[in-house]
Amino acid sequence: MDNNESINKIGLLPKILMYILLAFWTAVNIFPIYWMFTFSLKSNNELFGIGEPMNLIGLPRKWLWGNYAKAVQTGNLGGNFFNSILISAAAILIVLIASLMATYGMTRIEWRGSELMNRFFMLGLTIPLHASLIPVFLAMSKIGMTNMRMALIIPYAAFSLSMGILISAGFMEDIPKDLDEAAKIDGCGVWRTFITITVPLMKPAVSTVGIYTFLQCWNEFMFASVLYNSSKGKTLPVGVKDLFGQYTTDWGPIGAALVIATFPTLIIYVIFSKNIQESFIAGAVKG
Amino acid sequence: MDGVELMKKKVFTGVNVFLFLLPALILFIGFLILPIITSGYYSFLDLNLRNLNDPKVFCGWDNYRYVFSDTLKLGKAIVNALILAGLSVFIQLPISLLLALVLGRGIKGERLFLSIFFVPVLISTIIIGQLFIKIYYPGDGILAQLLDSIHLAAPKGYVFNPSDAIQPVECTRALCFFKGKDHITLHQQIGIWLNNADAAAVAAGTKKFATEQYPVQWLGSKYLQLGCCFIPILWQYVGYHMLLLYAGVKSVPPELREAAKLDGATDGQINRYIVIPHIKSIIKICVIFAVTGSLKSFDLFFSMLNGQVGTAADVPGTLLYNQMFNANNYGTGSAIAVMLIVMCFAFALIISAIFKKED
Repeated sequence: MDNNESINKIGLLPKILMYILLAFWTAVNIFPIYWMFTFSLKSNNELFGIGEPMNLIGLPRKWLWGNYAKAVQTGNLGGNFFNSILISAAAILIVLIASLMATYGMTRIEWRGSELMNRFFMLGLTIPLHASLIPVFLAMSKIGMTNMRMALIIPYAAFSLSMGILISAGFMEDIPKDLDEAAKIDGCGVWRTFITITVPLMKPAVSTVGIYTFLQCWNEFMFASVLYNSSKGKTLPVGVKDLFGQYTTDWGPIGAALVIATFPTLIIYVIFSKNIQESFIAGAVKG
Repeated sequence: MDGVELMKKKVFTGVNVFLFLLPALILFIGFLILPIITSGYYSFLDLNLRNLNDPKVFCGWDNYRYVFSDTLKLGKAIVNALILAGLSVFIQLPISLLLALVLGRGIKGERLFLSIFFVPVLISTIIIGQLFIKIYYPGDGILAQLLDSIHLAAPKGYVFNPSDAIQPVECTRALCFFKGKDHITLHQQIGIWLNNADAAAVAAGTKKFATEQYPVQWLGSKYLQLGCCFIPILWQYVGYHMLLLYAGVKSVPPELREAAKLDGATDGQINRYIVIPHIKSIIKICVIFAVTGSLKSFDLFFSMLNGQVGTAADVPGTLLYNQMFNANNYGTGSAIAVMLIVMCFAFALIISAIFKKED
């Protein structure tokens, strides 16, 4: 990088302009999130200047954490949060098992048609998912599965499967085939090779696929509002959307709900930003 | 005997392959491929909540005729989605490309900027929609306050019964600015200032807003709501395209850059003649994602307009949801779904062909 920079000297003026541009875009990206956080802690009186000076965008004068308690109680956000976690976790588990097995079956065992099969799975990257909503909904209602968490877990797993296979295949390429050969000579069958040798070496793929699937499930709305949306339980995005109807006048609790629904992804992003970025790049560059 | 052994081995391999693929196949075929084929079948049936358990009636192209009719106006929704696609390709992607080129050439704080610019992509679109409802909030939202603070628009408009020919000075100035005209008609003012229901009431003479203070209904007005929905979508996904393009820019061999630099090429020339041709395949993918993503968009429109349809901001996704969930008409809903699939594949092929032709 140092070497690069000495060659890529930029003039002072372009450099200043460039950083102004970057600073501006940083502000455009951060401000809505900052504002969401600050208004979640304010009262309407403070926001709109009723009986006190207006403070729409500044830091809260008094930090009203009570807004969070209100949001959690009224919207049953705790329960919705738990549902979202459980549904995401189960979908991640299924995607991981299915995509690791399928990738192994297509790249490590030689058979005619493995290439074609892989292309078949990659169709899932371009198909608009909404197109499956009505048949899935009608089938689930027929067997009485709507409003059960399973009704969301399985479709979610199906939607992330193509990406799971794509990412896993990329990582599996990096594991030398000699390992498989050696295991075979030692009398190890394909299943034992898969479980004891390949899977432990796929840890980076596991985290990348897991995070990708998590983001898909956590933020999904259309299927969640159709297949799993009752007074007994819903996911966080659906719950937050409903809360909005009840609290149109009181901004603080709405902001609190928005923050509660957002912070898990932001925390995960802070920890795993590299994996997350890689998973998005892998999908585009190889797909 | 060799033949038998070989046969045995082949069968054994076959069984293993099948077992390895089984979970993925069940998920993929059962919950994606079969439902989509079924959608195609349903789109030719008269299928709604009432006759769900009866033998279904085959109704030919009726569902397609219905969705394109004046009742549902799928055609207009598709046009809206295509406008969004155009804005994505010609406004969002150039911004993403500019950021990717700036970050990809190697500057201080490159990783930090990259990470920050990607943050909006991770937030649920439903949440973004709710947040922007607050930003657009009539009178008290950030947008209204911002416009007020720079004296561009009065945050409170004045709306009149059309028969009262009063010229509201303050809001006329702002509106003329947006429309680039000296004056606009009172009718236009009412359309912009009022939400759709109130505007209709005024036009019908059932409601008066005589010199009443009335804030701009950013999301309620038929002139403004579509544009107001586009802005958050364009904003949210700049970071996504930027990340993909950045990965491409980073894959340009440094020697190429250095050689060009030694030959006296400027940054602009390097980008134009080396980097952009090198990342053409990624640009193609971004264009495909931008167009198909626009066609499929749903969450933000649904969130910001609270699930209403029949507005100026209908898109195929919201119509599909409405046919299914509110009208309980699964046949017409499926027809919309089929149109979506056909359009997504068609545009992906067309865009690929355009890029191929340019080579």
